[in-house]
Amino acid sequence: MTVALPVRGARARGATRRAAGARRLSTKARIGALICALFVVAAIVGPMVAPYDPSAQSFAPVDILHAPSMAHLLGTTARGEDVLSQVLVGLRATLVLGLLTGLIATVLAVVVGISAGFLGGFWDELLSLLSNVFLVLPALPLLVVLIGYLPQRGQTSTILVLSLLGWPWGARVIRAQTLTLRGRDFVAASRETGERTWRVIFFEILPNEVSLIAASFVSTVLYAIGTSVALAFIGLTNFSQWSLGLILYWAQNGNALQLNAWWWFAPAGLCVALLGTGLVLLNFGIDEIGNPRLREAAGRVRIEGRAWRPADPTPVVRSGSTRSPAARPEAR
Amino acid sequence: MPVEPVLEISELSVAYRGAAGDVRAVERVSLSLRPGEVVGLAGESGSGKSTLAYGACRLLRPPAVITGGSVTYRGRRLAGRSVEVLERTPPELRELRWREIAIVFQSAMNALNPVLRVRDQLLDVVEAHLSLTKLDARERVASLLDLVAIPRDRLRSYPHELSGGMRQRVMIAMALAVDPEVVIMDEPTTALDVVVQREILGQIVELKQRLGFAVLFITHDLSLLLELADRIAVMYAGQLVEVASAHAVHHGPAHPYTKGLLNSFPSLRGPRRELAGIPGSPPDLRSLPAGCPFVPRCGFATDECTKVDMVLRAVPGARDPGHVSACPFVAPGAQAPDGKGTVSEVAS
Amino acid sequence: MSAVAFVVRRLVFYVVAGWAALTVNFFIPRLMPGNPVETMMAKFPELQPQAQRALEAEFGARHDGSLIHQYGQYVVDVFHGNLGVSVIEYPAKVSSIIGATLPWTLTLVGVATIVSFALGTGLGILAAWRRGGWLDRVLPALTFLQGIPYFFLALLVVDAFAVHLGWFPIQQGYSPGLVPGWHWPFVQSALYHSVLPALTIVVTSMAGWMLQMRNVMITTIGEDYVLAAQAKGLSSRRVVTTYAARNAILPNLSGFALSLGFVISGALLMEIVFSYPGIGLTLYNAVTSDDYPLMQGIFLIIALAVLLANLVADAVYVLADPRARAGRSET
Repeated sequence: MTVALPVRGARARGATRRAAGARRLSTKARIGALICALFVVAAIVGPMVAPYDPSAQSFAPVDILHAPSMAHLLGTTARGEDVLSQVLVGLRATLVLGLLTGLIATVLAVVVGISAGFLGGFWDELLSLLSNVFLVLPALPLLVVLIGYLPQRGQTSTILVLSLLGWPWGARVIRAQTLTLRGRDFVAASRETGERTWRVIFFEILPNEVSLIAASFVSTVLYAIGTSVALAFIGLTNFSQWSLGLILYWAQNGNALQLNAWWWFAPAGLCVALLGTGLVLLNFGIDEIGNPRLREAAGRVRIEGRAWRPADPTPVVRSGSTRSPAARPEAR
Repeated sequence: MPVEPVLEISELSVAYRGAAGDVRAVERVSLSLRPGEVVGLAGESGSGKSTLAYGACRLLRPPAVITGGSVTYRGRRLAGRSVEVLERTPPELRELRWREIAIVFQSAMNALNPVLRVRDQLLDVVEAHLSLTKLDARERVASLLDLVAIPRDRLRSYPHELSGGMRQRVMIAMALAVDPEVVIMDEPTTALDVVVQREILGQIVELKQRLGFAVLFITHDLSLLLELADRIAVMYAGQLVEVASAHAVHHGPAHPYTKGLLNSFPSLRGPRRELAGIPGSPPDLRSLPAGCPFVPRCGFATDECTKVDMVLRAVPGARDPGHVSACPFVAPGAQAPDGKGTVSEVAS
Repeated sequence: MSAVAFVVRRLVFYVVAGWAALTVNFFIPRLMPGNPVETMMAKFPELQPQAQRALEAEFGARHDGSLIHQYGQYVVDVFHGNLGVSVIEYPAKVSSIIGATLPWTLTLVGVATIVSFALGTGLGILAAWRRGGWLDRVLPALTFLQGIPYFFLALLVVDAFAVHLGWFPIQQGYSPGLVPGWHWPFVQSALYHSVLPALTIVVTSMAGWMLQMRNVMITTIGEDYVLAAQAKGLSSRRVVTTYAARNAILPNLSGFALSLGFVISGALLMEIVFSYPGIGLTLYNAVTSDDYPLMQGIFLIIALAVLLANLVADAVYVLADPRARAGRSET
């Protein structure tokens, strides 16, 4: 038996375990995945199916602040703009921003996290210090100040700034996991056989962190969407491009709440909320795949009709139990 | 002289209930423990030995279910009455636990609460079971550490501040805190190095002689049991395959699996021989073959073996009258067809 | 390493972080494209020439002295509590504006955060202990709350309870016309006005704590020492609290410190929706009117406050986890 066997074994076992886990996702995780998929589709086709130009204004009295009707399915704003079109167009911008930020920030987080965890020593101290400082400074006020000073508040600058502040969370978690993995036998084994560092990272460590990285990506997307909507709400956004947050800004500015024009702020807000929920549930699913204990429990064990608490003594069930597939001969 | 067993497990079956049906982890096991006796429970990982012990105390968590059998406890404090463990209510079980049946867990680092000092972890079990004054309780706790030769100033330490051997000794002290009748030891020395292992085992023997409790010693290392135990029970795939006195197991094992286990470790004395081990890997409990589960790895297997009913029967010609085995075909001292079945060692 | 050494090490970290905040604050206006002073002058043509010179000095537009010199002056100013002068409320000092509005935020956010942490953690423990119970089944509904932005929930809450039902005031921190001070009518009005804002904070952040605590608790319950505690015949209460919860809460504690930044962000937005006279609303007004000195001053104060809170949380963590005192930090 060569040294290589346990290495491949650990990798293979992990992969099989994960594949098996994916098939048994709980309902809520599946709902989350479905919601996210729906929003992605909506974002792709949205601008193409929008009935009106979202910026098309009309000041005819009948068109201003009109409740939902056949002509305007989600009503109109105080300037006669069609809310539905705004939502359909804005969704894409918000989602794209979220996904791009998630991508950049996650790549940064992975690079920093694995470097810190794997290299250890001085690099670890330095990178950890850097991420901790970023983590501890309050994000929104810092963002407000940063973007407040930028003369153009376009998508690109927002994405860059958000990514700059979004990577530390993921980096910490990945670093912790890398530290644990580094101490594991199969990594030591592959290093002993002389496998080069980058190969060790790519083939031993990364595969075992996939679910962690995926969860980190989803969380970052959630953070990016939430924060960009919040910033737009305050008015720190590009006014020439429709986004969900911008709709809410105008709604707040137009006193939609006080005027009881719920159709103005509800759809955009609900989109953000639903998308957020979908992402959170999706993360649950990823967590369940990575941590089997949570999943088993998700199956909620019911024996004799009632749920059992961890503190209860082992239940005694004497009536005929379900037989395992290979039936055994009846003993004397 | 026949003495009533202090712990009697009878036809106990434990299964893990899942969506695809039950996985039978323990199948109709009967084992009894007499007062002051050391019974060793040996088997590979996954053989069900820990499941048996924890199941008997009802400490297994769902989806584990006890599907049959009984567990009867007759401690001295009960003055002749017997207690059916499987029928106790939770408050009654709490009284029974530790005071009558205590457990020494395998990994002390994991079994000790990391945020409590040693003193507090020992105190809370004393306070839960005995009504002593605060002063008496503290003195008792301190004397527990004396029992296992740990300096008293360690009472204020946290688990992570102790060495591995010391932690295990704290676990033993904790198990003996309220004078149990039965101590279940679940692989107590597996995680320790050989020298420390020896010390701990010596300590256990000495304490047992002094305090008179019975021990159920669970381990995968049969060699330990040969010295330590009075009787040995061997488990495979959730069932008992052989029960005999330690001497009988050592010099005349009846079951092929036991023979295989004995062949898996070298002895310091006696002639050199090739270590045979047992080929193959442990069975998947979800799909056991008909008849004897050891057939795929057994050097003596024949077609008859698929019809075996796995009931423990007295071994013909055995010196020990209580020697039973589940294999009706193989006699003690028999060799496997490929000549690797010999187990007799030159006794000291 | 003892507890003191650990706290000292964390203190050093916070000093570094504080210095970073100071420096970022100093460099932002100097690194950004455009000239902030000109922007402000254009907006407020009635500003006196002295004001312009003061602003230029503050933002380095005048370039007198080297960068190091300006930085040094800036640090000295900050330590003297001189954060500059506000533009929209000229000549009010930034520090006095902050001093007037910060207490509102602190009390509201402080109380609401502690309440939601306590509630969330407690419910999380219960949900994990009674697996499969009704609490466990309610959890999916609560995840919905996690995904909702703070301020949107605030909008809905205001719409429902204030506009439609009229149970609570729609906005403000106290009834207009009342004079702030420690007398009952004012305090009563303040409390009345703080109910809805506090409620939104509690409801949105509680879900997060609860879920986190539940998950860690489930893992902790599976640990050997909890099983050992049960085997010892200890009462359920002791097993849950001293063995399970006491260990499970540790990750939550360190998470609490880190999440303070997010709590502040959420609170700021909530203040805008409710027009609550706290530091968040002030920041908002500063941003919309390009009052850079005020913006910067607020950022600095918020950053330093969060750092201080983190330090306190770290000290609490050291008391709670004996392993941390040995120098083995889990963070």
